[in-house]
Amino acid sequence: MTQLTDPPAAGAATGAAAAGAAAEASAVPPVGAAAPRTSERPPRRRRGPRRWWLYLVLAAGLVAMVMPFVWMILGSFKTNAEIRQHPTNFWPIDPTLDNYAQLFGRLDFANYFANSLIVAFFVTAGNIVFSSMVGYALAKLEFRGKRLLFGLVLATLMVPGVVTFVPLFVLTANLGLVNSYPGLILPFLITPLGVFLMRQFMLSLPDELIEAARIDGASEWRIFLRVIMPLCGPAVATLTILTFLASWNNFLWPLVVATSEDKYTLPVALALYSVGQNAAQYGLMMAGAVVVVVPVLAVFVVLQRYFVQGIALTGIK
Amino acid sequence: MTALPTPAPARARAARRRSRRATLVAWGFAAPFVVLFLVFMAGPIVASLGMSFTDLTTRDLQTPFNVNLVGLDNYLRLFEDPRFVRSLLNTGIFVLVGVPVTMALALAVALALNTGIAKFRTVFRVGYYAPVVTSIVAIAIVWRFILQPDGLLNAFLGWFGIEGPNWLQSTSWALPSLIMMAVWRNIGTLMVIFLAGLQGVPKEHHEAAMVDGANAWQRFGSITLPALRPTLLFAAVITGIGFLQFFEEPFVMTRGGPLDSTLSTAMYTYQQFGFGNYSYASAASYVLFLAIVALSLIQFRFLGRKD
Repeated sequence: MTQLTDPPAAGAATGAAAAGAAAEASAVPPVGAAAPRTSERPPRRRRGPRRWWLYLVLAAGLVAMVMPFVWMILGSFKTNAEIRQHPTNFWPIDPTLDNYAQLFGRLDFANYFANSLIVAFFVTAGNIVFSSMVGYALAKLEFRGKRLLFGLVLATLMVPGVVTFVPLFVLTANLGLVNSYPGLILPFLITPLGVFLMRQFMLSLPDELIEAARIDGASEWRIFLRVIMPLCGPAVATLTILTFLASWNNFLWPLVVATSEDKYTLPVALALYSVGQNAAQYGLMMAGAVVVVVPVLAVFVVLQRYFVQGIALTGIK
Repeated sequence: MTALPTPAPARARAARRRSRRATLVAWGFAAPFVVLFLVFMAGPIVASLGMSFTDLTTRDLQTPFNVNLVGLDNYLRLFEDPRFVRSLLNTGIFVLVGVPVTMALALAVALALNTGIAKFRTVFRVGYYAPVVTSIVAIAIVWRFILQPDGLLNAFLGWFGIEGPNWLQSTSWALPSLIMMAVWRNIGTLMVIFLAGLQGVPKEHHEAAMVDGANAWQRFGSITLPALRPTLLFAAVITGIGFLQFFEEPFVMTRGGPLDSTLSTAMYTYQQFGFGNYSYASAASYVLFLAIVALSLIQFRFLGRKD
């Protein structure tokens, strides 16, 4: 009963409280700087304590948000017996890499990882190329059927995979593409969301650039490649992140179309193992979750500005 | 010779030719998208509806002309199936409870971050947003272990002398458990949307109200909330659309059980597809689709009003 979760978790809690207190102390100057406008009101003394509990509540929420990840990573280094032990143990007593060894040895997670990467790569590339092209037409060219085309894009912005997967599977089966990379990739090469995003961004680019290039006799393709695309860096970055992420985490379609183990993507493999005969291998499943989640989390922490930008641009994750 | 003004009809013809050429070039840019869109998006949406009026099953894949039209039979059968009705009910509860709870918590976090938090802003933002970018499958597995009878959550509750239930094996706690996880995962998205919305609330109004002696709650109720209304509606709609499709959570955590208490409509559709009942599954997915369309229409109305 002595060496259970309490000490480290309590440590984390007080740590967070300390962080909150420290933050309160250092948060005073900006408040002081903003204060002069309402100087007749009693300054800082009143606001100090309120800040303090705000930080405390936010920090407690943060612990709740991050704890499952911490638990996952710690669990991946525990033996099965240790995870099941009661009461629950927080830090691994005897950290082991055995779960990872099994994942990449007995199970074929290296292959699933590669499959996920291959699919995500082609899906992302397709979305960048095709969304940019049609985005340019919709944003900068005048043509018959433009309104209809954009209407279709808007109307299908929210169509979920669960509506289309049955006929899509019938189609894929008739094309002989079940359990193949093209079967996994083709339906996702374009997304209305990508088109919408590129169009919105290109609308904001000045027309003068294009007109100047036209006067110089450049073809539309040349303008698209040499004038427009070099200016689309931020939009392409956002689209890359959103599409790669969606593909990496995609579950329903790969579950339906990858019928044998050699074509599983990571989420499919993980889900099927977790409800199959490895269901009780807690440590192994935690390690599998780490392999799926941690690369994405690492990229997110580095590029978090662009992730948030994507949401702001489209309003959709 | 070229300096002579061209007669009007010739000019009009030239303009028409130019516009036809422009249209051709533009459709050239759109062509790859249009082809893929028709084959993999528009086609299946229409086909799904068409299939839902037939008796297509897995056996008919090789011989598609053996399929018969059965009218509304699939839909009638669906609503006679207590499991389907149960799945609709579960999905409804998931949306009607999950969306408001997610929104309330996300709004609280956004407000806290927006009012005078100077330090650790990025840390908080990254932390609250992190679950959004992760695979639901992976996260659902982790949560399954957290929700074990002797798992992390019950150990935590134990500090306060509360004996937690067997979350995922209890017919009354399994669905709330999944809702709890969905809330946890979606707070980040709405937090970002609300933070953006809060930028649009005029500071002058707050200052004026403060001069008039309004307290923080009064200012929140009569300035922030009304200014945020479009953002709140938008957030409710996109979260609702997402929650209507919940699938990975029951698939990994409960397999729809215990006793169908977490069976979602998407999960039901997938199960019927797995049994080879393609047309029946299509009908089920179309019922879900109609709910999503209804929510989207609300959003379109709201977007239209904004312009």
